[in-house]
Amino acid sequence: MTFYIISISLLAFVAIYALMGVWAERKISALIQDRVGPVETGKFGLLQTFADIIKLLQKEDIVPTTADKVLFTLAPVLVFTSVFMGFAVLPFSPAYISSNINIGLFYFMAIISIEVVGILMAGWASNNKYAFLGSIRSIAQIIAYEIPAGIAVLSAVMIYQSLNLQEIAFQQGIYAKSDIYFFGFWKVNTVGGFLSWGVFQAPHLFVAAIIYFIASLAEANRTPFDIPEAESELVAGFHVEYSGFKFGALFLAEYAMMFLTSMVLVILFFGAWYSPLPNIAKVQLAEWTNGTYWGIFWILLKTLLIVVLQIWIRWTLPRFRADQLMNFCWKVLIPVSFACLFISAFWKLIVL
Amino acid sequence: MESNFLPSDYFPIVLQLLAAIGFVGLTMLATHLVGPKRKTKDKLETFECGIEQQGDARAPISIKYFLVAILFVLFDVEVIFMYPWAVNFREMGMQGLMEMFVFIGLLLAGFVYIIKKGALDWE
Repeated sequence: MTFYIISISLLAFVAIYALMGVWAERKISALIQDRVGPVETGKFGLLQTFADIIKLLQKEDIVPTTADKVLFTLAPVLVFTSVFMGFAVLPFSPAYISSNINIGLFYFMAIISIEVVGILMAGWASNNKYAFLGSIRSIAQIIAYEIPAGIAVLSAVMIYQSLNLQEIAFQQGIYAKSDIYFFGFWKVNTVGGFLSWGVFQAPHLFVAAIIYFIASLAEANRTPFDIPEAESELVAGFHVEYSGFKFGALFLAEYAMMFLTSMVLVILFFGAWYSPLPNIAKVQLAEWTNGTYWGIFWILLKTLLIVVLQIWIRWTLPRFRADQLMNFCWKVLIPVSFACLFISAFWKLIVL
Repeated sequence: MESNFLPSDYFPIVLQLLAAIGFVGLTMLATHLVGPKRKTKDKLETFECGIEQQGDARAPISIKYFLVAILFVLFDVEVIFMYPWAVNFREMGMQGLMEMFVFIGLLLAGFVYIIKKGALDWE
């Protein structure tokens, strides 16, 4: 009954990850802006976010008089639940996956879309102009960027011929059952390492990975796609009226979402839990550095690197305007992702 | 790679659902019961940068958002049709590919029409 343990440990993992993520974000932003960031609580300020969450738990639970009370309470539950359920199908290593189902990726795309309903509920129920505008903007952005994300994912699925995330993970390294080729000409089943990762199996998959990464930034409402919570005009977006743990749940969901989309990016394109080190002649690095515990290590390392990249982007790029955002999605990302899809089809039928 | 999947494979998802709802629900209830309750009229008013609340938030919004929503429905349904095809298209060969490309082509023609019509131009 390992999945009992996995489900419960995932909850603890998400909570601790979110707290450390907030700390990392503050430290990285401090580094980028030449400040020191939190230093008082604990070594290097490590306990700062734990102190913050304890403070948050003690706060008064405020529900505005004009708000729709039922929807207002339900929205954080829905947002957090939908994001957390996405973790159910992600393989952490060859042996650790909560629910190994054959439509894993489809389930993932479906379940994280439910977050949109929670955001609409939060914005509508608050009965606040900022919250309402923020939620409407957020929804328009998330649903628009879901289309290129879906098509980019599909062009990877066409290469792997599977929707099971564990099977997709297996096809990117030395444990693969089918033949894998480096850009279609060099068989790398025994070499492994980064050479057999998804992005190197076909030339256009790197473009698809970038499209998925951009779309995942938009879906997590991260800068440069953060007009939903543009603090200089909308105060805080759809969660203006939230306080106490209701705000905490929305916050947890936002950071969990960052991790979730980064992890799917790693699973689809960057070799999932495979080690980046290839076998070189007698030095069997790939053989030595793959396995159950190595798998957990590599996938967490790769995912956290992408999370750091997301944080870095937040503190580097300015915010998009609403019209630039929509133009970029519909006139750049969607045509390019369709091109990826067509190349995938011909690649799989003709080149391989 | 044919493998059999049982309904019980989905059980961890139900468990995950219960864990998530239980965690958020219980913590929210606990903080609601434990936290201070000092309700005043001004505190419970909707936040509007400190000024008196002007009217309601149930205001009309730009029609562009509805256009985006409707286009999303069209394109996302299209993408859903493509999931089963993407997994099996190799067995269907060139003919299946061409059939799917006709389907995608028709939708892309609609997409070009939308762009030419200026439905996606935000001023």
